[in-house]
Amino acid sequence: MLTLDRVSKVYSVGTFGGGQLQAVTDVSLRIDGGEIVSLIGESGSGKSTIGKLILRLARVTSGTIAFEGADISGLRRGRLKNYYGSVQGVFQDPFSSYNPIFKVGRVFDMVRDGLVPGRGGADWPRKVEQALAAVGLDAGEVLHKFPHQLSGGQLQRLLVARALVLDIRLLVADEVISMLDASTRIDVLNLLADLRARGLGILFITHDLSLGHYISDRTVILRRGRIVETAETTKLFSDPRHPYTRMLLASVPQLGQKWGHGAPFRGDLSAPAEAPEVLTEVDDGHFVAIAHTNGRKEEA
Amino acid sequence: MSLAVENLRVYYRTLRGDVQAVDGTTFEVADREIMGLAGESGSGKSTLGKSLIRLDSRMRYVEGRVELDGRELPVWDDGDMNAFRFAEVSIVPQYSMSALNPTRKIGRLASELLESRGVDADGALDELKRRLELVGLEPAVLGMYPLELSGGMKQRVVLVLSTMLDPSLLIADEITSALDVSTQRAVAELLVELRDRGIVTSMIVVTHDLSILHQIADTIAVMYAGKLVEKAPADEIVEAPKHPYTRALIASLPAVGLRYETARLTGIAGRPPSLLDPPGGCRFRDRCPLASDECAVEPPFEAIAPGHSVACWKAA
Repeated sequence: MLTLDRVSKVYSVGTFGGGQLQAVTDVSLRIDGGEIVSLIGESGSGKSTIGKLILRLARVTSGTIAFEGADISGLRRGRLKNYYGSVQGVFQDPFSSYNPIFKVGRVFDMVRDGLVPGRGGADWPRKVEQALAAVGLDAGEVLHKFPHQLSGGQLQRLLVARALVLDIRLLVADEVISMLDASTRIDVLNLLADLRARGLGILFITHDLSLGHYISDRTVILRRGRIVETAETTKLFSDPRHPYTRMLLASVPQLGQKWGHGAPFRGDLSAPAEAPEVLTEVDDGHFVAIAHTNGRKEEA
Repeated sequence: MSLAVENLRVYYRTLRGDVQAVDGTTFEVADREIMGLAGESGSGKSTLGKSLIRLDSRMRYVEGRVELDGRELPVWDDGDMNAFRFAEVSIVPQYSMSALNPTRKIGRLASELLESRGVDADGALDELKRRLELVGLEPAVLGMYPLELSGGMKQRVVLVLSTMLDPSLLIADEITSALDVSTQRAVAELLVELRDRGIVTSMIVVTHDLSILHQIADTIAVMYAGKLVEKAPADEIVEAPKHPYTRALIASLPAVGLRYETARLTGIAGRPPSLLDPPGGCRFRDRCPLASDECAVEPPFEAIAPGHSVACWKAA
């Protein structure tokens, strides 16, 4: 459905945009309908940039992003609106995603007026109701409320409903549950998994490996803007090949399993890998970035 | 006994009345104990941590007694507490980036801090360098501005600065929450090292993340809506929680190894009560699967086994 082909993004930084920051380098990936792909990386890995590129909130520097085979970089006006009718994003902070003086109902009205051809017609209220029911909210109860009258979990689910009312096919979920409490975040997570069963493709961007493992079908590990490893989720977590992936897995705090004791753990303070790494297929559908020295492959 | 808190109440003053953020908590922290204080947002865990060192202008001390190493802490008096701050009780705040003055180099910041407490900064320089080394930082950091350090490095600098005078009690408030997983582990393990080396006698680690606490804490206390609901050794809280809230909270945490298809987790329906005018009785009653009529009377926070206290009628 959506493919990224050797996508790179360079931001201009500093006074007058004099400096350059390479946020994403040569990233290729594919998301199909009915699957959840998790994009896992630490801060500065470029994971959110990839989400922004897909949502056209930033432009690619090189490479192409294609939706249903059509390049999205040239979309204008009507065709861009159509694109947003199929692809939507939900972001980290539900509290700042709302205009505090608009009631929830108005959020849906704005979607209707801006993005729905023919303004939805008589069918619209029923669609809103269905979308809200899909995220476990009652239309009569939330539509007349202000954002501050709802909890974080409810607000985040409303944002998902706002996307669903459009019959979208792809959802970019960027750290959607990081701001939520443990007892409510799992509901939002289960909601995403239920939506997958209805054929929605989801790019699940997170820094949390256990959340990614819980719901995703495929996992992409990013580091400094490059993919270091990608495979089916179960395969990647049971057989991590790249040292960086192993280090990440070793540092996830888990209930019921203590961190190993031994040499003091000092984290990832080291410099980037000396040799340039190339993404290589090591197993069926399992790609790992491996350093090539003198043209000879070395097992990571 | 390092720290003993008895029936502490700290409220927030608002225009609509008092928010009862910490409402009668009683607990003890032993020497060399790392106590984890867990809870969801708005449960009062940070307020409890902060009230042991400094009440900010919105906070109002209502009642309660805090004793550290046998001496009473005058937590209600901002001026009198000065004698204890930094030397006896110290805190590492959540956002280390805002704890460091951006216009001072780290070295100057450290010496100003030490001199403000009447400590000879030049004499302490060697010890400072040794401790920076302990947390994995070069002495060259002393000549840098906070701007030049990464989030994890700043957190370590603050950790070293806060513990320079070997405090008896260190309060770590959500210090790993803004860090990446790999840095998070490094900083969390440093806390244990500070205790193991005797630099800090005992510690309260405030966080929403139970899985981090299980790694580093000796005991875990769980807060809900301004009250402690359970305190027990870390393994016991995780493996055999007694309070329905603790159970539900632990059941909602995904761990690596769990998959949606095989093990669907459930959250806790509903939301915590408003602390402006909290309901009587057990505050978890409305969301509790076990609630019955007796829960309309507030359950006492009582020991049901050595070292294991619970506030629930059903947890015998």
